[in-house]
Amino acid sequence: MIEDLREEFGRLRAEAAFWSLRFVEQASETISVRADVAEPPRRGIDRGAMLVALADGGYGYAATSDVSLAGLQAALDRATNWARVTAKHCLLPESAANQPAPRGERVSPAINASRLSRKELYEMLGAECRAAAIDARIIDRYAELERVEAQQLYLTSNGGEVYQRYCYTFPHLSVSANQGVDTQTRTLSLQQQGGDEVLQRAGLAGGGLRLAEEALTLLGAPNCPSGAMDLLLMPDQMMLQIHESIGHPLELDRILGDERNYAGTSFVTREMFGNYRYGSPLLNVTYDPTREEELASFAFDDEGAAAHKIFLIRDGVLQRPLGGRLSQLRAGLPGTANTRASSWNRPPIDRMANLNVEPGASSLSDMIASIEHGVLMKTNVSWSIDDSRNKFQFGCEWGELIERGKVRGVVKNPNYRGISATFWRNLRMVGAPETMQVLGTQFCGKGEPNQAIYVGHAAPACVFGEVEVFGGE
Amino acid sequence: MEAEFFELAQRLAQQVRSDEVLTLWFAGERSDFVRFNQGKVRQPGSVAQRRLQLRLISAGRQVTSNLSLSGTARDISTCTTTIETSREILKDLPVDPYLDYAREVRNTQARRSANLPSADEIVGQIVRCADGHDLVGIYAAGSTYRGFANSLGQRNWHETASFNFEWSLYDRGDKAVKSGYAGVEWDAAQLRQSMDSAAQQLALLRLPARRIAAAQYRAYLAPRALDELLGLLGWGGFSAKSRAIKRSPLLRMQEGQRLHPAVTLREHTAAGVAAGFQSDGYLKPPSITLIERGVLGDALVAPRTAKEYGLLCNGASSAESPQSMEMAAGDLPAAQVLSALDTGLCINNLWYLNFSDRAAGRCTGMTRFACFWVEQGKIVAPLDVMRFDDSIYRMLGSQLVALTREREFLLDPSTYGERSSASSHLPGALIDGLTLTL
Repeated sequence: MIEDLREEFGRLRAEAAFWSLRFVEQASETISVRADVAEPPRRGIDRGAMLVALADGGYGYAATSDVSLAGLQAALDRATNWARVTAKHCLLPESAANQPAPRGERVSPAINASRLSRKELYEMLGAECRAAAIDARIIDRYAELERVEAQQLYLTSNGGEVYQRYCYTFPHLSVSANQGVDTQTRTLSLQQQGGDEVLQRAGLAGGGLRLAEEALTLLGAPNCPSGAMDLLLMPDQMMLQIHESIGHPLELDRILGDERNYAGTSFVTREMFGNYRYGSPLLNVTYDPTREEELASFAFDDEGAAAHKIFLIRDGVLQRPLGGRLSQLRAGLPGTANTRASSWNRPPIDRMANLNVEPGASSLSDMIASIEHGVLMKTNVSWSIDDSRNKFQFGCEWGELIERGKVRGVVKNPNYRGISATFWRNLRMVGAPETMQVLGTQFCGKGEPNQAIYVGHAAPACVFGEVEVFGGE
Repeated sequence: MEAEFFELAQRLAQQVRSDEVLTLWFAGERSDFVRFNQGKVRQPGSVAQRRLQLRLISAGRQVTSNLSLSGTARDISTCTTTIETSREILKDLPVDPYLDYAREVRNTQARRSANLPSADEIVGQIVRCADGHDLVGIYAAGSTYRGFANSLGQRNWHETASFNFEWSLYDRGDKAVKSGYAGVEWDAAQLRQSMDSAAQQLALLRLPARRIAAAQYRAYLAPRALDELLGLLGWGGFSAKSRAIKRSPLLRMQEGQRLHPAVTLREHTAAGVAAGFQSDGYLKPPSITLIERGVLGDALVAPRTAKEYGLLCNGASSAESPQSMEMAAGDLPAAQVLSALDTGLCINNLWYLNFSDRAAGRCTGMTRFACFWVEQGKIVAPLDVMRFDDSIYRMLGSQLVALTREREFLLDPSTYGERSSASSHLPGALIDGLTLTL
């Protein structure tokens, strides 16, 4: 297929000054076991190409699932026509002279690794599902594994060629317990690049029993207390906190207004870069596409910009936005290689890719010992934030009350709310590397037309002071 | 696309063995998407896609494969290979006790065309209309196709053409008016009228903004705001499976709690624009009553859920979420909304809702776009954004004052993966004591 596309691309003809082809093929299989019943496998191959043309100073795209020469030529003609007919109305005249001609390749080492068979995976999931059946109050038990392999080819009319190949593994467990009008759920999920080694990293083995015990514990636990107190966030909530209140506000296309009709704007403005105190001096945030296992690691973005690790916030001070080539030109700011599309049928826009909080020096026990009155929260379950990415409210599956430096017990329905612009300034401890986890999500939503894309977040556990915490009904 | 799909189905059916059943679900579209910012074109383009879900069933076992189709002669070999691979996989699978598919052959066909000028003409009209305004938004238009076929001979087709232009006019910062113009007949005069109406509201946003304290306020939720709230409830609230595993946000209604008697909700497929059949070949009834006068009604039941829990399938997709939500109208004339509100919040849009306590039906979210502070029935100031956190049993229960007599028909502008065909038909809601927290 890849060879055919190279050959077909060479035969395409256009009156555009520049054109490109981005081919994406994603093969996936999901298997699951629910309440000890093996659910049928769901397989998929999604394949197509997007042609982009620059003509008369305008830009246009056309995406097609017909990757024959005729299909690609028709798409290129349509893209060229879009560029021409909208050139007089376009916001940003695009010059063919600005287009890079990248060359390179990245192939995940997991692509050629041996894998467990479907039968072995069903047995593994079935064992976790069975192990969760420990009490009549356990009302739902679910185990799932999704495997994805993707390849992407980017070709440009000025000689660029980038080929990248990815392998992802997504294990997921969920156990719910019910008593009357209360239902509590515990989940285990890991979204990473890699093969079967991801199952070990996720702690899948033994997860079913642990989640069942935790769901039952939550059923019997008191509601999370209310009030202003210290908050210890574990990495599987830190990832959501980073995502919503650092990642999205730093996306340059939001700052430039592209997203105001849908995903929203940002409280961050162009003038803040280089001087704005985003957080306490303990806060260091990076765009890091280099961690092999992290979900959005790549060598080039979807317009061929080479990707490198970059500090976005250093010692608490805002340095750089998350913006690709075009956004950098528009804003007159340096950025990152993060012009990305969810698939072949959506155009690339600024996405956060991998966004990480760098580790600090505190051990988990030191962080707990430092808390006079507070709550530890883990595993995100609820997320909501305003369109400027400022006023947020997040909830977790699991809470632990901390009093006088010790964990005193489990609390349920833990929630907290705050304001991004002040929350990070109350960061008072950052966990050491041993508290760090590499996590991510497959479903970051943004863009018009809408796009759900993979993003990675690695973070240590962190302590925040004076946070408004509360529980359920 | 219809002829190509049914021809493909016919040829694949010939490959099916006597002990096998093949089901095919087709989803295609030819769409134009034009993105605007600052009243100009940001990203124009088109998407032509064809997707097939191919399910092979044999001896109580099944495998489902989702494929991209090209619309060319290659598709038959792609599908043939998939069927052969599926046969190999089936050999190793256990019997699926919850396997189900439509066995009664019921053919349907629905087509609705649109009358649209060329995309570049529409783009020109929008840019001219936006002249002088900071307009940002998306124009999405074209045809969408849904088809079902199986080796038993059933054939269903649903084809619609439409446009959906969703845009915001910005004054400053986050102060903006959100508008939508959707349908099948493009009318430049109506676009101008919608733009002028938005511009008038924009003038109100130029007043100094009011920052209010966290407290309980009398509030009016316009239909678009109520749509966000009901959309959140659609995340498991009407699902038979969610009810069975006690994960519904309406769990307390399962145990007898009620909403206000004015609240009646239906999945009204006959009045919506979504296909009247689902991917297993089951047809949807014209209407399903989800909540009747405040009391929990029927659930949406997918075939697999029906098998597992001994229920009757009512044509729901596996997500068991409403596609054509309708709420019964109330008796408050829209023209009297502000006077009935008296002093409080006029909320035209809500944003980013989620559950703060799912089992208890407690929800949170933000106000967004044109929301106003009203005193003695008159708009006096735009509001800075505020967070609400309140229970559905208060908002649509004990604290619900009235629903409007007039309702709005809203086409879902969502385009994740494909253009949505969901819709809702809703009144506005007047609430006494909406809890704001931040």
